[in-house]
Amino acid sequence: MLDQSAEGYVTADGRQIGPVVLELKNITLRFGGVEAIKNISFDIREGEIRAIIGPNGAGKSSMMNVISGFYVPQEGEIIYKGYKRAKMPPYQVARTGIARTFQNIALFEGMSVLDNIMTGRMNLMKSGFLKQALWWGPAAREEDEHREKVEKVIDFLEIQHIRKTPVARLPYGLKKRVELARALAAEPQILLLDEPMAGMNVEEKEDMSRFILDVNDEFGTTIVLIEHDMGVVMDLSDRVVVMDYGKKIGDGTPDEVRNNQDVIDAYLGVSHDE
Amino acid sequence: MLYREAGDFKTSYASDNQTFPIRFDRTAYWAVMAVAFLLVPMVLTDYWANSIVIPFLIYVIAALGLNILIGYTGLLSLGTAAFMAVGAYSTFKLTTAFPEMPIYIVFILSGLVTSAVGVLFGLPSLKIKGFYLAVATLAAQFFLIWLFTRYGWFFNYSSTGQISMPERTMFGVVITGASASSTAVYFTCLIFTVAMAWLARNLTRGTLGRTWMAIRDMDIAAEIIGVNPLIAKLSSFAVSSFFVGVAGALTFAVYLGAVEAGEAFGINKSFLVLFMVIIGGLGSILGSFLGAAFLVVLPVLLKLLLVDGLGWPSDLARHLEIMIIGALIIIVLIAEPHGMAALWRTVKEKLRLWPFPH
Repeated sequence: MLDQSAEGYVTADGRQIGPVVLELKNITLRFGGVEAIKNISFDIREGEIRAIIGPNGAGKSSMMNVISGFYVPQEGEIIYKGYKRAKMPPYQVARTGIARTFQNIALFEGMSVLDNIMTGRMNLMKSGFLKQALWWGPAAREEDEHREKVEKVIDFLEIQHIRKTPVARLPYGLKKRVELARALAAEPQILLLDEPMAGMNVEEKEDMSRFILDVNDEFGTTIVLIEHDMGVVMDLSDRVVVMDYGKKIGDGTPDEVRNNQDVIDAYLGVSHDE
Repeated sequence: MLYREAGDFKTSYASDNQTFPIRFDRTAYWAVMAVAFLLVPMVLTDYWANSIVIPFLIYVIAALGLNILIGYTGLLSLGTAAFMAVGAYSTFKLTTAFPEMPIYIVFILSGLVTSAVGVLFGLPSLKIKGFYLAVATLAAQFFLIWLFTRYGWFFNYSSTGQISMPERTMFGVVITGASASSTAVYFTCLIFTVAMAWLARNLTRGTLGRTWMAIRDMDIAAEIIGVNPLIAKLSSFAVSSFFVGVAGALTFAVYLGAVEAGEAFGINKSFLVLFMVIIGGLGSILGSFLGAAFLVVLPVLLKLLLVDGLGWPSDLARHLEIMIIGALIIIVLIAEPHGMAALWRTVKEKLRLWPFPH
């Protein structure tokens, strides 16, 4: 059991984890009569790699959508950086430093890789309409400054060779990487990754795992991750939330979760009406 | 000189980002500008100016505007001609109310008025997309034309129901009315077209353009990364309508001189501009030029060939012309569904390697 004081804790591999940055309290989300998420609470600490796992239909992606503001839960509250988050549309949530990738790649297919990643920075770009229209001093300069930052992300994820390629032409694995780049370009404090390794081969999974660890290590980004590959989850994450049928059935370090009887039952499929 | 990137090293992001990254293209661009500004005015006759060059330049502006809306933002509109009418009637009202106002200011103000109207009719786009939005803009087309023909205030209660442009000068040269020379009209349109194309290029290469394209390609993802869909869609309507409004103002003021809304700005014209954008290439500045050229220049060339060249009766030639243009549209779209600009891109990619296969 880790020592989880308010200030944070030190992981087994010696990384310092900070205080709670995002806390979900008693979240309930309904679609009509269906309760997708039932009264779930958990917290995410600064600098942590936090995984959400569970069988299909457990409500993991719904949880992700609640955090990124795409769904508004009927009950419960979200405490972000110490304040209760008001009800806001997703684009404003993005401006508070939360970026995400999607389970089914959601890139802008008609644009080049570079433009996709530049779009990720749009909240950090300030030039007004007229300056852009005239491509006048500040607007052109700003474009170059942001291009430089974007090039760093491109170098970091090793996608220099496809910078100018239209996204529609890329293979699946690279698209996933470009999507990560677009999310990273926004310089988020919290990065939500919805199945970043779905459909990848072993080599691509290894690459992606390395990138996730590097992002966390180099930029100090807090990462929330949904993943089905248990090997990957147990290796990467500091703490794991387990969901099943919209309920939280486990929460703790990978080892704790692995030995949790409820979790084992959920994955092995014990009948629920006993 | 070969069409190559090799050896043309980019040492700054600005030069990597320029509009024409290949030296040959840059040279070609300046050559075209030189021809347009120096050579064409010397050889331009009234017939060529009025039948080809001036309508071409004006349609380029309208096509650029519609391309921003459809090609860059993915919002379908069938109200282009009505927005052109807004530009035309604004010009008429402004220049008759304030005769001393410089005419270029009048054109720009007319564009801004059209922007405001465009934003108003763009409001449904926040809720509906695709064909449903097209139907909503169709309402704009019929409502605005009805308004302009029904209410006398818009045409100053003239007995014919037409609006006609009084004589106005720009920098001391007469550019509207019967006594305007075709060279003056040509230069007015050329300056506006070049300036508007430059604006369109700047807007689409920067943050705003990326916002529009993000909404076009995947609106949900765009919103998740921080695009405000309200601002993105309405700004697209505003900018697009500005272009279309200026095109309408020029159509009325310098090209036709007198118009009647239902006749000059009917739904046929909306479709014509839409076809220009689709054939030229959605989401491409060059495509707007190519599309406008295709649909303005080709009919005239065909007429010249059939009537003056082969001596056919003009009514037969007119029907044949419609059939040939229709067939050509289908052929172009089968060969390259993304329009002539995409065709040109493919050619350029081949040229970069030519004469080697890869």
